[in-house]
Amino acid sequence: MEIKILGTGCPKCKSLEKATREVVAQNNIDATITKVEDIMEIMNFNVMTTPALVVNGKVVVKGRIPSNDELKQILTNKIYII
Amino acid sequence: MEKIKKNRLILSLSAGLPALILLYHFLQRLVNYFTYNLLGLNPDSHFGTSVNFFFYDTIKILILLFVISSLMGVINAYFPIERLRVYLTTRKLFGLQYVFASFFGAITPFCSCSSIPLFIGFVKGGIPLGVTFAFLITSPLVNEVAVAMFLGLFGWKTTLIYAGSGIVMGIVGGFILGKFNLDRYLSHWVKELQANSEKEAENWEKEKTPFIDRLPAIIKEGWDIVSKVLIYVIIGIAIGAAMHGYVPENFFAKYLSAERWYAMPLAVLAGVPMYANAAGIIPVIQVFVAKGVPLGTALAFMMAVVGLSLPEATLLKKVMTWKLIGIFFGTISIFIIILGYLFNWIL
Repeated sequence: MEIKILGTGCPKCKSLEKATREVVAQNNIDATITKVEDIMEIMNFNVMTTPALVVNGKVVVKGRIPSNDELKQILTNKIYII
Repeated sequence: MEKIKKNRLILSLSAGLPALILLYHFLQRLVNYFTYNLLGLNPDSHFGTSVNFFFYDTIKILILLFVISSLMGVINAYFPIERLRVYLTTRKLFGLQYVFASFFGAITPFCSCSSIPLFIGFVKGGIPLGVTFAFLITSPLVNEVAVAMFLGLFGWKTTLIYAGSGIVMGIVGGFILGKFNLDRYLSHWVKELQANSEKEAENWEKEKTPFIDRLPAIIKEGWDIVSKVLIYVIIGIAIGAAMHGYVPENFFAKYLSAERWYAMPLAVLAGVPMYANAAGIIPVIQVFVAKGVPLGTALAFMMAVVGLSLPEATLLKKVMTWKLIGIFFGTISIFIIILGYLFNWIL
């Protein structure tokens, strides 16, 4: 799984990155995590609020930090991802 | 979310909310009991009233801030900014788009790090620059922290005047800036984006997580905002409380009265480069007003401090030329000065 965290470097973006790394490590999820800070690249995902979470090229969360529970659901069950 | 967790959430909400309301309602009595009976301070002394004032205002504002931030989070879960963009680009609104953009700016929790993606998102969607400005003016000006502080320290009428005139200023300011044909002063790469802008599809991409599952995160975020500004609230109110007890009545009236016409532009010009935290500065301004500074001058100063700031200007540099930033800041400063005179005249 390919996870991207979009954010220009605000505190919220950093906490989303931290939370994602935690959840990935705790649940042994096979994923590469990259942080995207370049505004041009962020805009390619068509998000207007940061931070945003991108899984396999698809934006699943934007403008907020989900709880660790929700992150786990998103990253393991994939129930919210089409 | 599992059923047990969901039930627990509903249970704690239905217990927590009334508890907060009760606490708010009986707060003055509780604080009186705490300062005068438990701490044994003299209610007639400067020190006693200052301590009382400090505890009462701090707790009151924290409750308000928590409730307002959570409320804004809930509103935003239902009306994400993407929805506004689709609405603005797909409908003929006959000038109402300025009203929507400004209102939306007011109810969106402001985060300076989101202002650039927002700006570009609007430009990419083909939304006119003036409408984007309407949003950009109101968004920092009417934010959850400023509203909570105003409500707690000045009461609902002043809050309404502040927020209402902020929204009107966004509408009028956006409209006027839109008439100036300012697109040529955007940064080069933004202009390219604008040329390739495309109309959004009819529907925005909906979040797939059900609302109830997002509620804990929304409440947590409300709490995060409170804990982030807590220290500024405490410092601001402590200074305010200290000044309240010791600065003589009408102390400032001599220097900043409404008769001195130059006080207004000076207050606004001093406020623009300042990036004081709204939480820290509003309690101090409240004392200024209590000690004789006209409310209009104080409101104008606050608008300049909260709505315009140097850090914001440097952020905007990514998408605008200095010239456009100058026009933007200059226009809004003049508007705030006019508003200030208007306030002093009416209030």
